[in-house]
Amino acid sequence: MATIHIDGKTYQVKEGRNLLETCLSLGLDLPYFCWHPALGSVGACRQCAVKTFRDEQDTKGRLVMSCMEPVKDQLRLSISDKEAAAFREQVIGWLMTNHPHDCAVCDEGGSCHLQDMTVMTGHSYRNYHFSKRTHKNQYLGPFLNHEMNRCIQCYRCVRFYKDFAGGKDMDVFAAHNHVYFGRHRDGILESEFSGNLAEVCPTGVFTDKTLKQHYTRKWDMTYAPSVCQGCGLGCNIIAGERYGSLRQITTRYNGAVNGYFLCDRGRYGYEFVNSSRRIKQAAVRALTGTDIGTAEVLQYVKDKLASGKVIGIGSPRASLESNFALQQLVGRPHFHLGMSDTEHDLTTLALKILRQGHVRTPSMQEAATADAVVILGEDLLNTAPMMALSVRQAVNRQPAQEAMNTTHVANWQDAAVREAMQDKHGPCFILNVQPTRLDELATVAYQTAPETIARIGFALARALGAPLAGINDLTDQEQQLVTQMAAALMNAARPLVIAGYGSACEGVLRAASNICEALHQHAKPSMLVLTTPECNSMGLEMLGGLRLDSAVDAVMNGEADTVIILENDLYRRLDKHAADNFFRRCKEVILIDHLYNATAEKATVLLPAGTFAESDGTMVNNEGRAQRFLQVYAPATTAIQESWRWLLQLGRVTNCERLRNMEFFDDVIHALTQQVRCFAGIEKLTPPADFRIAGQKIPREPHRYSGRTAMLANISVSEPKPPVDGDTPLSFTMEGYRGEPPSSVIPFFWWPGWNSVQSINKFQVEIGGSLHDGDPGKRLIEPGGNGQLTFFTDVPDHFVACAGHLQLVPLYHIYGSEELSVHTPGIAERMPAPYIMLSPEDARRYQVAEQHQLQVAVDGHPYTFMVKVNPALQRGMAGIPAGLPGTGIVNMPQMAKV
Amino acid sequence: MFSLLRSMWLVFLHMFHKRETYQYPEHKAPIPARWRGRIALTRDPDGGERCVGCYLCAAACPVDCISLQATEAEDGRRYPLFFRINFSRCIFCGFCEEACPTYAIQLLPDFEMAEYNRQNLVYEKEDLLINSQGKYPGYNYYRVAGMSIQGKDKGEAEHEEPPVDIKSLLP
Amino acid sequence: MSTGQYWLVIGGVLFVILNTAAGLIWLERRALALWQDRYGPNRAGPFGLFIVLADTIKLFFKEDWIPPFADKIVFVFAPAVVVASVLMSFTIIPFAPNVMVADLNIGLLFFLAMSSMGVYSIVLGGWASNNKYALLGAMRGASQMISYEVFMGLSLMGVVVLSGTFNLREIVEAQRGGWYILPQLIGFFIFLVAGIAETHRLPFDIPEAESELVAGFHSEYSGMKFGMFFIGEYMGITLISSMVVTLYFGGWLGPAFLPPVIWFVLKTFVFIMLFILLRASMPRPRYDQLMEYGWKILFPLSLLNLMVTAAIKLLL
Repeated sequence: MATIHIDGKTYQVKEGRNLLETCLSLGLDLPYFCWHPALGSVGACRQCAVKTFRDEQDTKGRLVMSCMEPVKDQLRLSISDKEAAAFREQVIGWLMTNHPHDCAVCDEGGSCHLQDMTVMTGHSYRNYHFSKRTHKNQYLGPFLNHEMNRCIQCYRCVRFYKDFAGGKDMDVFAAHNHVYFGRHRDGILESEFSGNLAEVCPTGVFTDKTLKQHYTRKWDMTYAPSVCQGCGLGCNIIAGERYGSLRQITTRYNGAVNGYFLCDRGRYGYEFVNSSRRIKQAAVRALTGTDIGTAEVLQYVKDKLASGKVIGIGSPRASLESNFALQQLVGRPHFHLGMSDTEHDLTTLALKILRQGHVRTPSMQEAATADAVVILGEDLLNTAPMMALSVRQAVNRQPAQEAMNTTHVANWQDAAVREAMQDKHGPCFILNVQPTRLDELATVAYQTAPETIARIGFALARALGAPLAGINDLTDQEQQLVTQMAAALMNAARPLVIAGYGSACEGVLRAASNICEALHQHAKPSMLVLTTPECNSMGLEMLGGLRLDSAVDAVMNGEADTVIILENDLYRRLDKHAADNFFRRCKEVILIDHLYNATAEKATVLLPAGTFAESDGTMVNNEGRAQRFLQVYAPATTAIQESWRWLLQLGRVTNCERLRNMEFFDDVIHALTQQVRCFAGIEKLTPPADFRIAGQKIPREPHRYSGRTAMLANISVSEPKPPVDGDTPLSFTMEGYRGEPPSSVIPFFWWPGWNSVQSINKFQVEIGGSLHDGDPGKRLIEPGGNGQLTFFTDVPDHFVACAGHLQLVPLYHIYGSEELSVHTPGIAERMPAPYIMLSPEDARRYQVAEQHQLQVAVDGHPYTFMVKVNPALQRGMAGIPAGLPGTGIVNMPQMAKV
Repeated sequence: MFSLLRSMWLVFLHMFHKRETYQYPEHKAPIPARWRGRIALTRDPDGGERCVGCYLCAAACPVDCISLQATEAEDGRRYPLFFRINFSRCIFCGFCEEACPTYAIQLLPDFEMAEYNRQNLVYEKEDLLINSQGKYPGYNYYRVAGMSIQGKDKGEAEHEEPPVDIKSLLP
Repeated sequence: MSTGQYWLVIGGVLFVILNTAAGLIWLERRALALWQDRYGPNRAGPFGLFIVLADTIKLFFKEDWIPPFADKIVFVFAPAVVVASVLMSFTIIPFAPNVMVADLNIGLLFFLAMSSMGVYSIVLGGWASNNKYALLGAMRGASQMISYEVFMGLSLMGVVVLSGTFNLREIVEAQRGGWYILPQLIGFFIFLVAGIAETHRLPFDIPEAESELVAGFHSEYSGMKFGMFFIGEYMGITLISSMVVTLYFGGWLGPAFLPPVIWFVLKTFVFIMLFILLRASMPRPRYDQLMEYGWKILFPLSLLNLMVTAAIKLLL
């Protein structure tokens, strides 16, 4: 702790940080541009000038850039000093010399850091009377809009894109006042994290292109805290709505989960909410054409449920509450987790490892503190993109530490540290079936079959001292890799092992667990990340239920004839032919979902569910962290409601004892925590619906929300009563408590004078730390702790290529593999066409080349794909893009006949 | 006491003053050109819509009676997809006019908007748009702003240099 | 007077008073407008005279609403009290030598008694409304009226001392030699001020005080119940004007080219106009100023007036 004096007031502050961070942490307003809490300082913009004084007698002082000055004990500084203030105003005047006169047509306006800082410094009149320098813009793909004239040369974009996220295709060009930030020529920005530029850029050079399609200012949206549905990591997001459609996703800072950033799938994959394929009315197939309402549909379903033998199929993309309500409605013995075979196996195993092992699974921000990384069978940028960003930070850990030790600079001295680091990376080993885009960071990147990866993992565990049988058939190269990895892991202080669903191989997960257990033997605080395929896979597994296979068997055997499917497209879980057979045998298929998909084609009753933006719910991410997402807006029609609410209504009409007396969200959560012990505590994730601050709810809309009395006036000039929210402590209007809400229910970040996302500073305990009353979310899984170390001994067999057959392995794509995000036009645009990836040997053997068509047969059904050749692929294997629309093959790995 | 009597006397004398009342509607008061009455959307000298859908009028409106949706035309100009003013709520304060960065929204000296049906007081863009530049003739936002639109590329606005060649290292 | 004549007088007085009160609606609005450089009501009928009719019809057809939280019986009773008490006061006014309802020998005391009754309507109305503004207005009204009543009575005693009677007809007769306005200038002034306060007209409309108390004691009243308060106020103006004329300006006395009744009416209207002029020109004092003015200035002044009058009477 150091004592510093700011403008005559004395503060106790943390040592080792810079003055800018310190002032902002203390809640003081100090303008800045080039500094970013996650990117550190470079001292480029000269905006954060303050005056420091030698001692009490010193009245003259000297101007310093606060972001470049460390905290020292007994430091005296002044923010309000006249000269410092004049300097800052002058600087912003210079930065604005070429800024175009276009705030009115700029998408950043209203959430613009440059606007905020201009107002804060008091700069109001342009003193520069010469012409403005102009730039041409670039086409940067479907996600970002480029307007280079607005640039103020803070360099944050390249520092994020290149240095932080490892992008290759964006840089700074030209010299002096011509500097230009963009690509070397027009084209799509390749990085999976490009969308963050819209938030990182302090002005409107990079703006969200999907927002532009239905542009709304920040102050005009209805917001709610939400959780990303794109993958198993559960990044925190803020979703904004206007005129009944979802308009924008922005990062919701969570100091433990995603920090300041999001991946592009998460940021842009929201358009399915506005899709024209949404189910908007309850419908019964037998009664199509007749005008029936919700009540009649419920009556119909009631009759069918009473007469039929009912089973329920849950979903890993539905909330815990919805799955629980279905489980209660149909009864535990009839509840099936709607996961495909492989997914089910992998998730079950992952939960078992996390529960019984001794190794803690880290949050994403904890993972970023690792200093050695081993990735087994995961193409992280495509299966869990934000984890890849953590890995990027982790591999910089060791060289950054070295640089700090040798050059004696603080870690926030970004330019100095990077200069000292050069291209050095810490130990990182990536084993995968095909090269990944993270390989550039890897000490060694090795491509082989998943089974071999698992065997290498087992050998590594043994090399680390695990009591396992030796594996003798590794090649020399593999043997050497094992030795190298073992040495690196033993040297590391915080080793990190990552595996998961990407390999589709249980052996890889077991190997990862073994490695961590072995490290645990050496008392190393090792970390194990197991990725999960969907946003609530882990939660569904924890809730527990039967396999999807048994549901199919039950229907085939005639034990069941009426199926309630919750937010699930079975054509993504079962092979097409299996699913067709299944639906043929079902008498009634009641589907509760929001998009009209292949399963909806087969359903006899459709109940329109709310998407994440229209529902409240809880999800559990791969870390076992339960997180709550809250409803953003009331759906346009009353027919659309949360899945759990539909199920509660079905419970009411069928007099279901287990769902008695449940009406609101809190009731469901209460019952859930009572019935399933492992979810104890999730009732406290967000305050209950009757939570009030000063007698008021928390408003979802900013106080400047406009158009209340006109937005619906075209329908009727008499304004309707705003919807009432009985489920959450938030209100759907702009009326309510205006101060800072509890961290778990912050609908949007805004602070007086801080309209942009930079207002997050005001909500944190310290810059880059947790939110004021703790980061939201609750970890439900902690390592087993005592007892024997548990090692898996079942080493998978070596992969052997089989003549005339190909082993199909799933290849994941950030754009395309996820079911819902592909409804965003931009994501669909970047999605690959279905293909089959072969090794060159196989391509030769089957006499095909790139772009040729190849037909394979799975279970006797033919599938045709375009061929891609990848020299890194193991002979006898074929990569198939997983989950891509039009692929058709669902269960992988499996053998296919050529 | 005297002041009370004096004021009574002065008030009494008003009996002989001229009356200020205009016998509306038979006689109409002369209205200044900048009278803040009905709101209209004006056009720029080229005849294009001046409104760029920046939402500032809506944000400034104290009774929240303006609602719009911005969109972009093929030629790069922004315009409101719809622009609605609920005049049954409007208080004619003129804040929207002051907030407007493009001189699009202007208050006209017309206040006679009584309706028997309140619904008729909801004006859409078609009702608001007039074929005039209003009080600011000659102003064209896109000639000033740095956005490029069809027919006006980068560097062609007022006080702009032609776009720089970033490949050049000349000073 | 025969019984027929008697009933004729009663009917005539009632008719004239009620119509005057109603007509005052028009008169006040036109006069106020005149002094404020406006026209006032000029649309309905000639000179807007039918505004009276329109207003009456409006009042009758307005929803006569009793708030659910009000004390219903008292709520209905209160407006009746004000009209009744003022009408009773008119019984002793001598409009002309033979035109008066009751020639009481304690006429003046009867007037004081009846005008005191008016305070009940305000207190009861404010109380029954069960509304904080109404109650505040009622409390103000009660204290104001009770205070000003004290020296209203005292100021009249000067007249009684000079004329030696409480009978109003005799008081008028006693002024044949000269109106009491001259010897009783101070008494006249105090009575006028107290009278304004009694009718709680501007500038003493503190119980109503729109700018502070919504509408004071009658905030919750609507329709004809409000109309009763409304009419009661105008009748109060007429009553005080008539009393001023009777006591200080020689009542019906006047040169013979006009009949006595006309003289009385003319004089009364002058004072009614004075009431309206006051409203047009005076601001409302603060409540404490009003009480201070009453008790610290008017009360000693009225006592002094009485003593001096009595002393002079004794000495002469």
